[in-house]
Amino acid sequence: MKRIWEKIIHPFKVFGRKTHTLFANIPWRKLAGWLLYPLALLFGALVALKRKIGATRFGKRLDKAWLKVLHWSGEKPETIKVASSLLAVVFGLLFGFIVMLVVDPSSAGSGFLTIILGPFQQGMRSVGDTIFYAVPIILTGLSVAFAFRTGLFNIGASGQLYVGAFVAVYIGVQWDFLGPFHWVVASLGAMLAGAAWGAIPGLLKAFRNVHEVVVSIMLNYVSIYLVNLAVRSFIFNPTLNRALGPESSAHIPTLFLENIFPRSSINIGIFITLAAVFLFHILLNRTVFGYELKSVGLNRDAARYAGMKEKRNITLSMTIAGSIAGLAGAMMYLVPGTYIRILDVPVEQGFTGIAIALLGLSAPVGVLIAGLFYGAINRGGYFAQSLYREEIVNVIIAVIIYFSALSLFTQQMIAKYINRRTKKEIQLKESEGDVG
Amino acid sequence: MEHAIEMLNITKEFPGIKANDDITLKVRKGEIHALLGENGAGKTTLMSVLFGLYQADGGEIRVNGQKVQIRNPNDANDLGIGMVHQHFKLVNRFTVAENIVLGEEDTKRGFMRYDAAIKRIENLSKQYNLNVDPHARVQDISVGHQQRVEILKILYRDANILIFDEPTAALTPQEIDELMDILQNLANEGKSIVFITHKLEEIRRVADRVTVLRDGKRVDTVEVSTTTNNDLAKMMVGRDVVFDIDKEPSKPKDEVLQVEDLSVYSPIRKKNVVKNMNFNVRGGEILCVAGIEGNGQTELVYGLTGLNPVSAGKIWVNGEDVTDLDIRERSLRGVSHVPEDRQRHGLVLDFPLSYNMVLQNYFQSPFQQKGFLQEHNILEHTNRLIDTYDIRTSSGAATLARSMSGGNQQKAILGREIDRGNSLLIAVQPTRGLDVGAIESIHKQIIAARDAGKAVLIVSYDLNEVFMLSDRILVMYEGQNAGVFDPQETTESELGLYMSGSKRSEDA
Repeated sequence: MKRIWEKIIHPFKVFGRKTHTLFANIPWRKLAGWLLYPLALLFGALVALKRKIGATRFGKRLDKAWLKVLHWSGEKPETIKVASSLLAVVFGLLFGFIVMLVVDPSSAGSGFLTIILGPFQQGMRSVGDTIFYAVPIILTGLSVAFAFRTGLFNIGASGQLYVGAFVAVYIGVQWDFLGPFHWVVASLGAMLAGAAWGAIPGLLKAFRNVHEVVVSIMLNYVSIYLVNLAVRSFIFNPTLNRALGPESSAHIPTLFLENIFPRSSINIGIFITLAAVFLFHILLNRTVFGYELKSVGLNRDAARYAGMKEKRNITLSMTIAGSIAGLAGAMMYLVPGTYIRILDVPVEQGFTGIAIALLGLSAPVGVLIAGLFYGAINRGGYFAQSLYREEIVNVIIAVIIYFSALSLFTQQMIAKYINRRTKKEIQLKESEGDVG
Repeated sequence: MEHAIEMLNITKEFPGIKANDDITLKVRKGEIHALLGENGAGKTTLMSVLFGLYQADGGEIRVNGQKVQIRNPNDANDLGIGMVHQHFKLVNRFTVAENIVLGEEDTKRGFMRYDAAIKRIENLSKQYNLNVDPHARVQDISVGHQQRVEILKILYRDANILIFDEPTAALTPQEIDELMDILQNLANEGKSIVFITHKLEEIRRVADRVTVLRDGKRVDTVEVSTTTNNDLAKMMVGRDVVFDIDKEPSKPKDEVLQVEDLSVYSPIRKKNVVKNMNFNVRGGEILCVAGIEGNGQTELVYGLTGLNPVSAGKIWVNGEDVTDLDIRERSLRGVSHVPEDRQRHGLVLDFPLSYNMVLQNYFQSPFQQKGFLQEHNILEHTNRLIDTYDIRTSSGAATLARSMSGGNQQKAILGREIDRGNSLLIAVQPTRGLDVGAIESIHKQIIAARDAGKAVLIVSYDLNEVFMLSDRILVMYEGQNAGVFDPQETTESELGLYMSGSKRSEDA
């Protein structure tokens, strides 16, 4: 028994020897004991209790209370959706853990902890980095979510981001006469470029009925090679085979944030992102324009019947989605130490945005939370590279994120569970009827 | 008398509802037995129990006097019970014969053998006067013929007991007539038929006896010949139903809608499906467009409301030329439209009722201010409509339109369109698929709108409805005006001649 315990706790020991200062001196075995034993006891007690009192009056009352909660949540589709997203995240983490167990069981425990506690590994510095990495993901997530609410699937966030990034860096390198407005103009330029790039599939969809998925996915590749060409022609650094970095006046300012998050890459991009989330929330839920977009998205025929200009709405929706993806490009590349490289695959952030939009249920606030979650896991993966090879870490992160995006699947599971409980509820009511 | 089926004290429950509560149904051999009830009365559930789709929680079933267990549709087939479902279960790309033998294929060394089957299908088709070509593809034949394929499918399996679940819902008046003859033929040949419906006229035409269900309980079983329609309706709804709505004679005022030489091109059928139509509708009168479905009525309404562009002609609303205006502009100039497909055009099903009630005027004050929606005004407006038009919902203005019943969805659309204060109301098939109670309420609202001085244009494929509502009747045949009639001076059979193209009015 003791040996088995040693084996289970082993990874924590290995972890204890590692150099991660935050965890170095924590008595893992004790902590695990404190946490696990009460939990196990509580669980066992609950199971026993449920068996024992299930048939008594109190048990029935308890059951009824639980059913009421279920019933209440069953009547609110939003509740089920949120619960399913959370459950999906839990599944994703579990699945990631299984992958780690398969690859290297001895480091699985510590590796898993490293990943989920990623943002706190280096105190405020890694918290700041987490936010920094989350910003472009949240923005592309918003881009996809926004289009989705209008019934459009924007697979092209990657390309929109990349043309935005190029324009931002181009302005950042060439237009140094702008002084303090340099980064503002560069960001706005990125948004315009992304908007133009997003408008192409929007216009084709609205006026020629070409499917936006096909167009936007193709435009992703067009954007890579176009940007490669443009970088080589205008802002190339041939010695390092990459684009020149923007002037420091074009860097997104850090303001006071560098005092709160010392040595972190964080900048005010997070405030810009928060503003975008807020704006999108208001736009979608409070305005006439949002009402029209949602009508077109939910039922194009009814929107037309009601006299809405569905072509205009489709074009506008894709244009706005493109602009926000373009902004993500500015946020990614208008920072010191990041350069546009000569690529031959689309930028991954654009596709992660799709998963984030799904996980966030296409709601602006949901996307914000899901994006921060991604940032945290991503940071955790960075630190886990001391335990697992980089490729494995990427696989694990991918597994967690994409499994998490299966919220539709968990949604069905929850619905099924509630159905079963409702059936039981009816039986319960009847048995009470017999007594009364 | 001997019974083909006896369902004794059948009880079937679903979570939260007793769909069948102690129902007894006895069907005699060779009779047509109608099962009448409103939507949700338990008709389909009862028949699903008989067909083995559901298991009863209580009660027993006897077939030809023998007590039987029907666990699944195969058991039902073996007992000679067949069912024609409301939604046909056919493979569109297969031929009629392929569909009929599906599941009972005759094979030789793994190869299909159709000759004998086709012979048999042809014989059956002749015997019951079904007139079905076994080689035709299902996708190419009309809905009425598809239904006959379903009937043949059952007969091919030697069924003696045939269940029809609302068989007339998708048929044109002519197809309904033909179906009624077929039912009569089948009964004459000794088949027993159970016929689920909520239409009293059909029962009167073919059924021998009728069992009425209400709220999952059996109300009564009566002989059709000794019962009046009013009695049946009363049994079905549980209260008196007014069939002939007391309608004051119309007091027509100024012309609200004028249509001149209107033609509408259909991009699907690649031709003008409305040709040179001329008519007008005055305020305070109801003009019904009668005709068999598919004679250009849908496109006529699309042209009038702006959903399709017109290819020639002029439309005036209140004296203003609206021919080149878009949907929104026409709607603002007085055109209200209750669409034919209420779920496709009329509602955004995933919006709450409140958002649906401002679908055309969300951008007007007081529903918006400076580009922001004014939720409280929208709610207030919705609650008023809910009260005025008796729209029943589970949670008021916040109810998702998707979760409402068809009747209440239609009441909501009608309420919205009438309440906008427009001078012209265009309604297509306003009561299709609804039960008697909802139909009554909707007809009353339409007549009230007329009495309030609106011009009303109704397109209906149901002649009963046409006669009940109209002040004038326009018959449409092949996209053209085949004649205009006064409902007091014409009959259904006269209209039928014009609807089928056998006659045309000279002056039209």
